[in-house]
Formats: sequence, C-alpha cells, structure tokens
Amino acid sequence: MMRLIAEKVTLALVTLAFVLTLNFFLFRAVGDPRNDLLRVPHMPAAERTHLIHERGLDRSLLDQYGIYVRNTLSGQLETSYHAGRPVTDVIGEALPNTLILALPATLLAALLGTWIGILSARRRGSAADGALTGASLTLYSMPEQFLAIAVVLVFSIWLKAFPSQLSEEPGSNAQGLSHVWDVTQHAVLPVLTLTASILASWSLIMRSSFSEAMHSDYMTTARAIGLSPRRAVLRHAVPNALLPVIALTAISLGYVVGGVIFIESVFSWPGIGQLTYDALLNRDLPVLQGVFLLTSAAVIFLNLLADLVIIALDPRVRAT
Amino acid sequence: MAVSSETVALLLGAEGNPFARRLRGATRAVRSIGRRPLGAFGLVTIAFVVLMALLGGALAPQNPLSTASFDFAHRMQGPSGAHWLGTDESGRDLLSQFLLGARVSLIVGLAAGIASAVIGSVVGICAGYFGGWVDRALTFLDDWFLVIPFVPFAVLMAALLQDDARRIPGGRTGIIVLVLAITGWAGTTRIVRAQVLSLREREFVERARSQGASHFWIMRRHILPNVMPIVWANSVLIVALSVLGEAGLSYFGLGDPDSFSWGTVLYNGFQAGAINQGAWWYVLPPGAAITLFVLAFFAVGQVIEDAAGPRARAR
Amino acid sequence: MSDPVLRVDDLHVGYSIGGADVEIVSGVSFELQRGEALGLAGESGCGKTTTALAILQLLDPFLRRLSGTIDLTTENGVVHIHRRTERGMRDLRWAEISLVFQGALNALDPVQRISRQIGDAIRLHDPEADRAAVRERVRELLERVGISPERARQYPHEFSGGMRQRVMIALALACDPEVIIADEPTTALDVMTQAQVLALLEELRRDLGLALLLITHDLAVIAETCERVAVMYAGRIVETGPTATVFAVPQHPYTQRLLGAFPQVGTERALPPAIPGSPPDPADPPSGCRFHPRCHLAREACSHGEMALRPVGDDHESACLFAPLQQTAVGGGVR
Repeated sequence: MMRLIAEKVTLALVTLAFVLTLNFFLFRAVGDPRNDLLRVPHMPAAERTHLIHERGLDRSLLDQYGIYVRNTLSGQLETSYHAGRPVTDVIGEALPNTLILALPATLLAALLGTWIGILSARRRGSAADGALTGASLTLYSMPEQFLAIAVVLVFSIWLKAFPSQLSEEPGSNAQGLSHVWDVTQHAVLPVLTLTASILASWSLIMRSSFSEAMHSDYMTTARAIGLSPRRAVLRHAVPNALLPVIALTAISLGYVVGGVIFIESVFSWPGIGQLTYDALLNRDLPVLQGVFLLTSAAVIFLNLLADLVIIALDPRVRAT
Repeated sequence: MAVSSETVALLLGAEGNPFARRLRGATRAVRSIGRRPLGAFGLVTIAFVVLMALLGGALAPQNPLSTASFDFAHRMQGPSGAHWLGTDESGRDLLSQFLLGARVSLIVGLAAGIASAVIGSVVGICAGYFGGWVDRALTFLDDWFLVIPFVPFAVLMAALLQDDARRIPGGRTGIIVLVLAITGWAGTTRIVRAQVLSLREREFVERARSQGASHFWIMRRHILPNVMPIVWANSVLIVALSVLGEAGLSYFGLGDPDSFSWGTVLYNGFQAGAINQGAWWYVLPPGAAITLFVLAFFAVGQVIEDAAGPRARAR
Repeated sequence: MSDPVLRVDDLHVGYSIGGADVEIVSGVSFELQRGEALGLAGESGCGKTTTALAILQLLDPFLRRLSGTIDLTTENGVVHIHRRTERGMRDLRWAEISLVFQGALNALDPVQRISRQIGDAIRLHDPEADRAAVRERVRELLERVGISPERARQYPHEFSGGMRQRVMIALALACDPEVIIADEPTTALDVMTQAQVLALLEELRRDLGLALLLITHDLAVIAETCERVAVMYAGRIVETGPTATVFAVPQHPYTQRLLGAFPQVGTERALPPAIPGSPPDPADPPSGCRFHPRCHLAREACSHGEMALRPVGDDHESACLFAPLQQTAVGGGVR
C-alpha cells in the first residue's frame, strides 16, 4: 500500500512540475518577454535595460527557468501588469471570495446529487428517472454563462428577488452582521447557479454509480438477511457507490473551475473568475498564468486527495 | 461518456469497403436512430442547424457585417414585425446574426472536433501500438491534459496567441479552433489507445511484422480501419463539446469581432448590458440554440448506446 | 415421514402489462420436509430462482405473487408467508430461511470484511448480543464450513471462488435457520471444488437437521445431494419424486430429454440429442402442456387442458398425459 501511495504522490508532483514548466515555456514560446516591456510607451532605453536586468531576462534560458521555479515555489509570482502589484497578492484577495461561492455550491451539489442519484437509481427506467436525466443533460448542454444570464434575468431583473451584481451593495459601509447579510443576499444567486452547473454533471455520475450499486447481488444478500430497503441502501449501496463517485467527481473538478469563472463574471462577483475575465480584457498575462497555476495545482491536489481516499476506502485497490 | 466499440458495430456494417456499402450502412443507422423519439429529436435538430448554416446567409434579411445594417435610432428593441428577434446595441438585426451564428458555430465546432479527433487518434495509435516508454510518455501527456482545468488553460493560450493573430491562419477564429483542438484531443486518445491495445495482440500484426512490413504500413493498413468506427462514434461527442467550448471562449471576448457565432452574439449581448435592460431576446436565442444543438448530439449518442445493448451499458 | 417445514401451493408469480398478467411461475406446488433435501431442476429461465425469491418475498419490484400460498412451519406455528408484510418478513428472513446463491464476487459486499457481514446478520436477529459473543459465533461458523477463523477480517476478494461459497454458507447458517435455499451454489466452480461444497452442504444438513431446497440446472448435483427432485419447465413443475426413481425411470418427456442430454462416462461417445426448439416466452406460452411444441411424444390432446400432476408410482408424480411411460430413456442416463 505504501508503494501505491508513493506512486500517486510522485505522479501528482510530476504533473505539477509539468504545469510549472509549461507555464514558463509557453510564455516565452510565443514571444520574447522583453517585448512586453515595450508596452509601456516611451520608456527610456536605460530604464528598459535596467528592468531587463532586474527581471533576469538577460540571463540564459536555463537560468531563467531556475529563477522561475525558485520564485514560484516560494510564492513569489510575477507582477500583474494591470494592478502593478504581485500576482500573489491579487489572487490572494480574490480567492476567499471565490471560496464563498465554491464551497457552499460543491456541498449543496454533493448532497443534492446523492439524493437525486439514489432516487433515480431506485426508480430506474421510470418517467421520473427519465425526466431527471433529461434535465441534467439539458443543464450540461447549456453554456454556463447562459445559465447565469438566464438566472439573472429571471430572478433579479424580472422577479427582483435577489441582487445580481457584485458581492455587496456598492458604496455601503456596512460592518459586522449587516455586512454578512448583505454579502449573503448577493451570494444567493451565484451559489444557486454554480450548484446547478455542478449538479449537471454530478447527478449523472451519481445516478449511474448508485444504479449499479443498488442492483448488485450484495443488495439481494443484504435484503435477504433481513435489512430493510433503506438500511440496505445506506449500509451497502452507498459505500460501494461512493467509490466511483469520488473518482469521477475528482476528474470533473476542472469543469467545476470553468463554471466558477463563467458564473463569477456574469455576476461581477470579485473572485478568481472575475479576475480572469478582467485580466483577459487587460492582457494581464502574469495574472492569467497565476490563475492557471493556482487552479491546476488545486485540481491536481484534490485529485491526489481523492486517490488517497479511495486507497483508504477500497480494500480491492490496496490489494494490488 | 465514452462510446464502446460494440455500439459502433451497429453504425457501420463492414470495415473499409466500397463506398456504396458504407452509405447503405449509414442510411440504415440513421433510420434506426430516427425511430426512437430521442433520436428523432437529435437528428432533426442537427439537420435544422446544418440547414441554417448552409442557407443562413441567403435567408438573413441583413448582413450584419456591412455598415448599412447599423441603425442607431432603433437600437436594443424587442422582437417586432421588422426584426423578428429584435435589434442589438447598434440597431442591427438580431435574426440575421442568429442565422449567421449557426454557420460559424458549426464550422468552428466541426473544425475543432475534426482536429481533436485527428490528433487524438494519432497519439492514441502511437501510444497503443508502440508501447513501452512511448506509451508511458504519451499516456502521461494524455492524463495531464485531462486533469488540467480547461478554462484557465485555454484562456491563457488564447491570450498568448492573440498578439500574433495575424500570423495564424483563420485569425482569431483560427486561434479558437487551435486552442480547442489542443485541449480536446485527450479524450479520444484514451479510447483509441484501448482499442489499439486489444488489436495489437492479434495475429495479423505478428504476421505483417514477420513479412517485413513497416510500422507505419501496419498502422495504416490494419490498425486504422479498426479504430475508425470508434473514433467516428466519439467524434459526435467531441463536436458537441467543441461547440460549447467555442461559446465559452467567445464569451471571454476571444472570438473574432468581425464574425457572428452564437457565442459571440451572447458575448455582445452581455457587453451591451442586455441583462440589465431585460433584453432577453438578445441572449435567449443564441444560448438556447447552443443548448439544443449540444443536447441533440447527446440524444443521438444516448440512442446509439441504448441500441448497442446492456453489454455496452454495463461498463 | 416428518411434517413439511415448507409448503408451496399453486404459486403464481408474474407481472401485469397492459391489463394482462404474464406469469413467470405458473402454479408451482411442492413440499419440503424437515431435514430433507429437495432438488428443483430445470433450464435457466424456467422460474426456479423466481420461486426461491418469492418464498423470501425478495422479488424484483416489477414482479409480484399473483396467487397461491406459501406456508412455513416454525416453532411458533405455521406462518403464512404470502400474507406477511415486509416488516414481518424481515424477522423471518435468515432466522427461519436463508439463501445461498452463486458466490460471485458481488454476492458479498466487496468493501466490507467477512466478519462484519456475518456479524450484521447475527446482530439483526439478536440485537442483545454483545461484541464478544458475535465475534465468537463468527469464528465458530467459519470453522464449521472449513475456513480458518483467522480469515474473518479479510475481504471477499481475498477468497477463491470455492472459499467464497463456503463463506456464503457460513453466512446462511448465522441465525440457525430451519430451511436453506441454495440457488446454483456450485455453478462457476470447478468439479473438485463443487464436490467439496456439496459434501459440506450434506454434512451440515445431517448435523443440523436443515431442510435444503437446492435449485440448479445441473442434474448431477441433484443426483449427488437430493433425496427428492422436482423438475420445472416454463414456470410449471412437470415431474416430482424420489431422485433415484425419477432419474432411473423418468415419467415426463422433458425429464427424459434432460437426462438424455447428460453425457455418461463409459458409454459410447456420441453427441446427446439436443432438445429441439427453445423455451417459450412467458408472455405467450403454448396452450395446454407447455412442452408439447418440443416434445417427441406430442399428440393433439397435448395442446388442450390443464396438465396437472398425477401420481404414476409410489410418491412419484408426472404432468404428462401419457404417463406412466414405457420408454424411459433417450440417450444416456444418470445412475
């Protein structure tokens, strides 16, 4: 088992290393970073040379790579063109806001998805099952920004039920509890939209996983020894169904990240998504690189976590 | 949602044979798909979109690219007799943009889908056929592209390429196709590789090698025809996802401002503040069109899977 | 002759579609005596497993008992299973009747230890039992079926097919049932392991006085283990009697065919005659005797009327119109 864990960890680290390396070379492959400094108009030659030297751009490629890796690992990313501050700071400010959306949404999606999965599996082939599957597929086919736009139109513009822009009322000086309330109100729609978006793929995964588990032979055994249908599902179907669910949801995390980005930009929610959107508009390449790095690292880490959880929970995997 | 080889046994009767036989097989397949209501919905929708793409230019009352279409006196107006889908922020007819959107969305989807399929197949065949460190390296690459979140990567790549938009064929649209192809090939590789692994053990490869055939010849003559059916079946899915991807990238303003794909129209609407103005007619048609189009592909895919029987579903 | 511990009378199981009933089990009746082993033989799809599941009320949701009675004699008197509610069945299941089916990898929960699964069964019917007692009982059960008690904390995939089957038997014994229903317990096992598992079942039956309902398509297994046999075809029982008698002088053409299809070591090496045709569709069964389209003795009369079981010898019944039959073997036979 230790060997298996070591393998997984090594793979994760190598994958991350590849991300770092690609990030470095991508930037340089498409153009000489020294040219980026030309963006600033009328920069005196002396200052340009100074900046080039300061950023180490006059060193060999290998040297630059070394500096880059060292800097990145110590948390020192480049400087945002637009904000003029280190990318780490900029991302650091935006990240908590994204988590305010992402954490409740994933939790809700997990709970609802499980419920839908069990429901669909129990009534496999029925009209309700077909309807749920159809709804999930339709949500999955929708571009996330369209879903967000539709939600805003319906709930914010027409029904005027919830605010739809930013994370708080502009110009408000609210403190403490009333501030929390303000933010919460603004968070309702984005969280619901994100939940729906994640649910689109997760409910399909859960449905097929629970369906297989609930119609397995060990379920017949469980009922035969005297377990009630409900207890049989909880005690046997759920643990077995969770394993593929964990694996598949880990794989779908990249998709979730994309969803967050689209949804934040529609709601002007000041998180990583909005940051990406603005960065693109402003050609702020360091920020884009930073976001790519951060989200990739997060996804790789979560995938590793999922792998480790499966190793812990599935005795068959440990046997190899 | 991968498609297994059993499902494709349905689609194509024989391998690598006269065109006529393939055509007959395809017609049979289409007809059996169309018999199921889900399949009928899928095929009809796809056909409708294709029709729009072909005829859109002719049917559109206006050419949104020409300056003659600007009409600031009637900007952001809802559907009316003169403009069935209303007007945009410059007064241009939205119906025309919608009809043209079909063409661009379809072209980008197809181009990106084909490119992904080609790259994916080549990588998959090489990985499965050669094995050893080649396989390990390519599989690592494949897994990497599957793990990495699509949007941050695609956005970064597109942004980097934007500066050289003039050098890349197809301009900004070409960039989108390129980025989608680069991010989309990994899924195909996985199933192609699996198929090749099962084929490689077969006798005819051994025999061909002993007769002195080159790797390339074997791949082209023996492996490729056996792999094509499954690639075709998977391409259905890839094209659908490419259309979604195009919508996503256009939404970030990476699309060609001089072209109107559904994704671009959606982006324009958003930028023009259609939401705040409650201008649903601007954003609903392109969004719904993309949704239905992608859904149609899933529907067809589902029908094919069901028809292949519980063996395929059991996976 | 002891009293029947399980009695099934005119059981019909099926589903309704478009207002009409489709029957998978069409009027099956048999008695299982205390301590007896009864074999239920027939091709796959003839309704044997459905009958077993009906006895435990574990049918697929779309199937149900259409009519007929199932009576179980317990120490508290006769229980009418056909009238029991789901909650009532839970008390009965495993405590009175347990089930052993193919020990495929998925018959036991792959992510739980054997000890936990057997322990669950014990605790379900004896909630007061403390941990030590349960642990002791699990060890005892495993020993009984020939598995080292050290393996209690292992997982199903760590056992070979034959050992897994033993685990299933241990599980089935957990609550001291009166009746064990074994559904294809030896299919997918090699001949050597088959013999071991059958020997184990026989030994347990003798030692514990269990009644065994053995369901299988493999006649050799029935010949080996069962005192009586009931042959099923297309949802109906076509012949019943003591195993030795039925296999020596089969009184129904289907039984004859089945026995003929069984290759005999020592006789001429010829391909046994296959039964022409295929089993009928339950939704559209042949009228009269369901076997008549494939029967080598079929006449006009066979396609009308009820084919009830009639006595044709001592404790031997057949549903064939022409029984007692003169020619009693087609091809080889089972001795």
